[in-house]
Amino acid sequence: MAHRLPSGGLVIDRSKPVEFTFNGQKLKGFEGDTLASALLANDQVLLGRSFKYHRPRGLIASGAEEPNALMGVGEGPRFEPNQRATGVELHQGLTARTQNHWPSLGFDVGALNSWIASRAPVFSAGFYYKTFMFPRVAWKHVFEPVIRRAAGLGKPPKEADADEYEHFHVHCDVLVVGGGIAGLSAARAAAANGARVLICEQTPHWGGRALVETETQIGGMSGADWVRGEVTALSGMENVTMRTRCMTSGLYDHGYALLYERVADHVPGAEGTPRHRLWRVRAGRIVVATGALERPIPFANNDVPGVMLASAVRDYVRLWGVAPGEKAVVFTTNDDAYRTALALHEAGVAVAAVLDARAEVKGELPARARAAGIEVRAGYGVAKVKGGKRVKGVEIGRLTGMGQVGGRREELACDLVAMSGGWSPVVHLWSHCGGKLTWDAEAAMFRPDPERGPTGHDGAVNTLACGAANGYLHTDLCLSDGRVAGMSAASATGHSRGEMPEAPEVQAIPQAHPRPLWFMPARGKYAHGTKHFLDYQNDVTAADVQLAAREGYESVEHAKRYTTLGMATDQGKTSNINGLAILADQIGAEIPQVGTTTFRPPYTPISFGAITGRARGPLFKAVRKTPMHDRHAANGADFEPVGDWERPYCFRRMTPEGRESRAQAVTREILNARQKVGLLDASTLGKIVVKGPDAGKFLDLVYTNMMSTLKPGRCRYGLMCNENGFLFDDGVVVRTGEDEFLCHTTSGGADRVHAHMEEWLQTEWWDFQVYTQQVTDQWAQVAVAGPNARKVLEKLGGVDVSDAALPFMSYVEGTLGGLPARIFRISFSGELSYEVAVPANLGLALWEKLAEAGEEFGAMPYGTEALHVMRAEKGFIMIGDETDGTVTPQDLALGWAVSKKKADFIGKRAQERAFLAAKGRKQLVGLATEDPAEVLPDGAHAVKEVKAKSRMITIGHVTSSYFSPTLGRSIAMALIEGGSERMGEVLSFPVAKDKVVKATVVDPVFYDKEGERQNV
Amino acid sequence: MKRYSAFAIAKEALGYHVGWERAWGNPEPKPEYEVVIVGAGGHGLATAYYLAKNHGITNVVVLEKGWLGGGNTGRNTTIIRSNYLQDPSAEIFELSRRLYEDLSQKLNFNIMFSPRGVLMLAQTEHELRAWERTAHANRLFGIESEMVTPERIKRIVPIINIEGPRYPVLGGLWQARGGTARHDAVAWGYARAASDLGVDIIQQCEVTGIDRDEHGVTGVRTSRGAIRCKKLCIVVAGHSGVLADMAGFRLPVESVPLQALVSEPIKPCIDCVVMANTVHGYMSQSDKGELVIGGGADGYNAYTQRGSFQHVEETVRALTETFPMISRLRMLRQWGGIVDMTGDRSPIISKTPVPGIFINCGWGTGGFKAIPGSGWAMAGLVAKGEDPVAGPFSLDRFTEGRMIDESVAAAVAH
Repeated sequence: MAHRLPSGGLVIDRSKPVEFTFNGQKLKGFEGDTLASALLANDQVLLGRSFKYHRPRGLIASGAEEPNALMGVGEGPRFEPNQRATGVELHQGLTARTQNHWPSLGFDVGALNSWIASRAPVFSAGFYYKTFMFPRVAWKHVFEPVIRRAAGLGKPPKEADADEYEHFHVHCDVLVVGGGIAGLSAARAAAANGARVLICEQTPHWGGRALVETETQIGGMSGADWVRGEVTALSGMENVTMRTRCMTSGLYDHGYALLYERVADHVPGAEGTPRHRLWRVRAGRIVVATGALERPIPFANNDVPGVMLASAVRDYVRLWGVAPGEKAVVFTTNDDAYRTALALHEAGVAVAAVLDARAEVKGELPARARAAGIEVRAGYGVAKVKGGKRVKGVEIGRLTGMGQVGGRREELACDLVAMSGGWSPVVHLWSHCGGKLTWDAEAAMFRPDPERGPTGHDGAVNTLACGAANGYLHTDLCLSDGRVAGMSAASATGHSRGEMPEAPEVQAIPQAHPRPLWFMPARGKYAHGTKHFLDYQNDVTAADVQLAAREGYESVEHAKRYTTLGMATDQGKTSNINGLAILADQIGAEIPQVGTTTFRPPYTPISFGAITGRARGPLFKAVRKTPMHDRHAANGADFEPVGDWERPYCFRRMTPEGRESRAQAVTREILNARQKVGLLDASTLGKIVVKGPDAGKFLDLVYTNMMSTLKPGRCRYGLMCNENGFLFDDGVVVRTGEDEFLCHTTSGGADRVHAHMEEWLQTEWWDFQVYTQQVTDQWAQVAVAGPNARKVLEKLGGVDVSDAALPFMSYVEGTLGGLPARIFRISFSGELSYEVAVPANLGLALWEKLAEAGEEFGAMPYGTEALHVMRAEKGFIMIGDETDGTVTPQDLALGWAVSKKKADFIGKRAQERAFLAAKGRKQLVGLATEDPAEVLPDGAHAVKEVKAKSRMITIGHVTSSYFSPTLGRSIAMALIEGGSERMGEVLSFPVAKDKVVKATVVDPVFYDKEGERQNV
Repeated sequence: MKRYSAFAIAKEALGYHVGWERAWGNPEPKPEYEVVIVGAGGHGLATAYYLAKNHGITNVVVLEKGWLGGGNTGRNTTIIRSNYLQDPSAEIFELSRRLYEDLSQKLNFNIMFSPRGVLMLAQTEHELRAWERTAHANRLFGIESEMVTPERIKRIVPIINIEGPRYPVLGGLWQARGGTARHDAVAWGYARAASDLGVDIIQQCEVTGIDRDEHGVTGVRTSRGAIRCKKLCIVVAGHSGVLADMAGFRLPVESVPLQALVSEPIKPCIDCVVMANTVHGYMSQSDKGELVIGGGADGYNAYTQRGSFQHVEETVRALTETFPMISRLRMLRQWGGIVDMTGDRSPIISKTPVPGIFINCGWGTGGFKAIPGSGWAMAGLVAKGEDPVAGPFSLDRFTEGRMIDESVAAAVAH
């Protein structure tokens, strides 16, 4: 029985009891407990069910590598599935539930799978690729739904997250990952030399294994005391930042690191703190001091609750004062696990025997165990574990030369098996960004190859591994390796004062080499490895890996994907090395030839909340607002997103019958602008200043038409094509000075156009003397459009806006109604129209002045929809409607805006290609429906011939379609094959299954063809 | 080839599965083949399979420098749909989708095609119009695809937030017969079936050079020796430019890393594929329970098949906004794959300037869904010198300006 020891537990505070709930049962623990240690203290050893077989599972580990004890923690908007109990700090009121079982943890129907598999292993690796194929429909309707329900782990959260998250952006010289003795030494050495150091540790405690290995002395004191001293020293240094509960999740190119700080998981809902904080760090050098993980041993039934990693067993004893059982058997391939036997013995837990796979056992740790009266059996191993929901005993026997358990079997009663298959350095971070590994056969581990580390922007290795992560498992080597790494990292970032912190004296017990042991088949049905679990969570056994190899899935990546080895939430921390060793053995290759699978970020899973940070709700893609935005809102505006902007779609007024509909509002706005005058907030229009002696030359290349000949004070409508000759943006270009142009772009296209200009300037025409600057936000702009437009401006006064002084397509600066303004006489509505721009901070004042001055002339604001309809009435194109990336200016009858004189412009050569110059291309036309009340749907296609069913050959499509209040009928624009030749032809548009709309091809300019209204 | 079935599994289970044969052979390369295919991804393997199956050409080898299916076939987010706007795209993607429907049965390998539906959200008026246009085109073409209302979207995907506020869902384009499949299984299934028809698949065999004379291609040089051939297919997404360079011609493609990630597995919560192009993210749930999430392409050319963070952040933000309940779920793994991007974002299935050399590349972000159709068309092209489905995707469209541009529909990804 697992229980809390009467004393001990370095990290718990026995004076502070904590209550929590587990599967509805109220339990007690102490502050400092993890959920795992507290459960163990309450003799809860059955903590979950496995993925495939639903086998009962308990704790294997005490840290990040735990594959089994996954739980749903929290309630409601703070519920979170799949939490590792070993990583959850206990707090008052915590609720935890086990998952993946039905109806209960103790009795799970899914365990039927396990029963079937025990008769015949039908659920072998990849079995689902070989069946569930007949009948075909059954996959969608029967097999897949059943599989999906059975798979998955925890339940999905139902509610939106109650917590907040934030990001930190940090630069440092040296990032030290890991707060064990190697990391602390590295940080100390780097900091002593003046480097800015950031050191982070994923657990709440500094010191790593030094806290547990009490027989080791550093500098004449216990590991824990030495750590305390180092932490005190470091925290007193200005150039050092320290964080616990902060896991380095991934290393990316050029020293970019992502850190995941769990600020408030242990105090949920704490005021004023985010739950998680994502650190986005750019480090000069990175020191990886991430330690090592112990490997399980694949023997039969190595997954029964009560089988644990030896190091985890002593963690529970020494850190949390918990005995995971009453009587233990230790099974090891190395000296290290003897520490567990000694720790248990010290704590009063009986140790039935230490089984050591090595034929000869000599070292000092075994000697101490023997001296303590613990039976040590050399050359022995576990044949199988007995028990279902808890270990009842083990069958043991002698190891044969082949690594099997043979000979006479004995049975030892126990409720705890502590296993140790040796240690694997945590090389994940080292590998994320291309660091290579080398196989150390003697130590039986992959370790970082320092010659082939990840490189930074200058090609130099920018990451250093040290300590156990570097393959050094002994305390003195960890300390010195850390110091050297810290020194080198500091020096590489320009900090070398020649400070070498004094090396503390270490008293540690030397250890003999381990005997690698990857697979422990026993006799009979246990000879096949079907109960020898490698990946506990995904239920991958040694037999599965062997089967994969047999079937030709010999690449380590194939074997992984075929068996799902290492694909669980622990990403194979305890299983990958054992698995690839079995694979190597099966295909007769050496371990390093097989290699590892790719390590990918994150090291342990990080929350989507943390990745999202503050960018939620109103801060998700912050809305760009014009200076008049709030006024529009007060005026009843219905907004629509346009790029990052919100623009009024229309302004819905209150009428005696209630608030106008959108359609009513749009109609009113259009008629008012056509008959009186309308005001449009045009501030979102992109504005780019192009300035310099070569500005004209540059714009001649960027636009299809000639801009260098434009006279100062004049405006010209310009088109921009991409390299493929297709139109991608348009707008009015204004020459504001001899060497200065203001280029208007579409609202959504401003950033794209600016980037396009800069790309050409920086990569192709870097010798041009031109600067570009986007000033979209710097100016607020209002279009005053309608027959009364001039009167409104004249009432404001200060600038002569008569046709003589300011003719169509010209521009003037002045003081309008007391505001410094730029006035452009341009029109997108076809009406007499001025666009008035003022510095953005005066935008609201301008709007209010115009509204006030316009009142007597019937001025009303109008929105984007009225704008769209009015431009369509005039046959003006809209980028994104009439263009779609495949349309040339010529297709839109805008050939007049494509210079024939210029030697070159972007898209010119492309437009000369056969297909672009061919006859019969889709061309812009107008459409008049037979029934003037019928509005063609947007995107409807015209067909060559109407047929009863598909397929019908299409000849073009509707690009814009509206009901025109001005004309009292529907209008549409379309791109139709050979359209210009089809004037008067009636086309058929099958708009629905049994509905065909007929429309006549007409000129796309529906209103004021001569353009008289804008020229008054 | 021993057939796979529930019966076969039961029988083999009694013997602890020692009786299974290799899924595909492991032969030594022969000195000469009629057709050499470089690249054992989905497209290359499907090409080999249909060469043998449809055209009886079995003297074929597929060369792979790493492990088969290890490129984008094993890295994508497995979306299958065919509701494309342009006719040539609709043609090949619909052929592909139809082939996927009974591919498990044809290959006798469960590739887990799951026609659970693909939903493409419209979150701006512009996007709505673009999908409407596509829906019209699809209906006239004969592809089942329809516009759905926000209310229907909420019923299809209860976890979605259709209210915005930033980009409320205005509607969507729904293809009920689109879905997902198990990506690795597609490669393995084709490999096994092709191998069974006599095709050699050689892994760990890197092509280091291409030999040609005045008449065209004569063979390839590889890390396992020279191999002569009459015809050569280059099907190496991500490295197409490198192989084309060996053959002595240039391609209008750029290679960029594309980002993807998965969450930890949870019980089923989303029953279709959702693509949100305005906010830029797409998501489905694998049979194992992981949320499979596609991100954007990095803004620079590279060959590193690595995850970067910027697009992961952008995508996760978008999806947290679209599906607020995912905030407390966790990212399990992120990775990158190298995709070839063409100028019009449509693929190239074509003869090349070198007689005897054919190329299949440029699938950009949408290649997985096309694997069966692409292999089918490529095999036709190689066997007969022309293929009606492959035709429009020829290389000369770039010199003629005959683009097949799907970005029309404002789509950031296929």
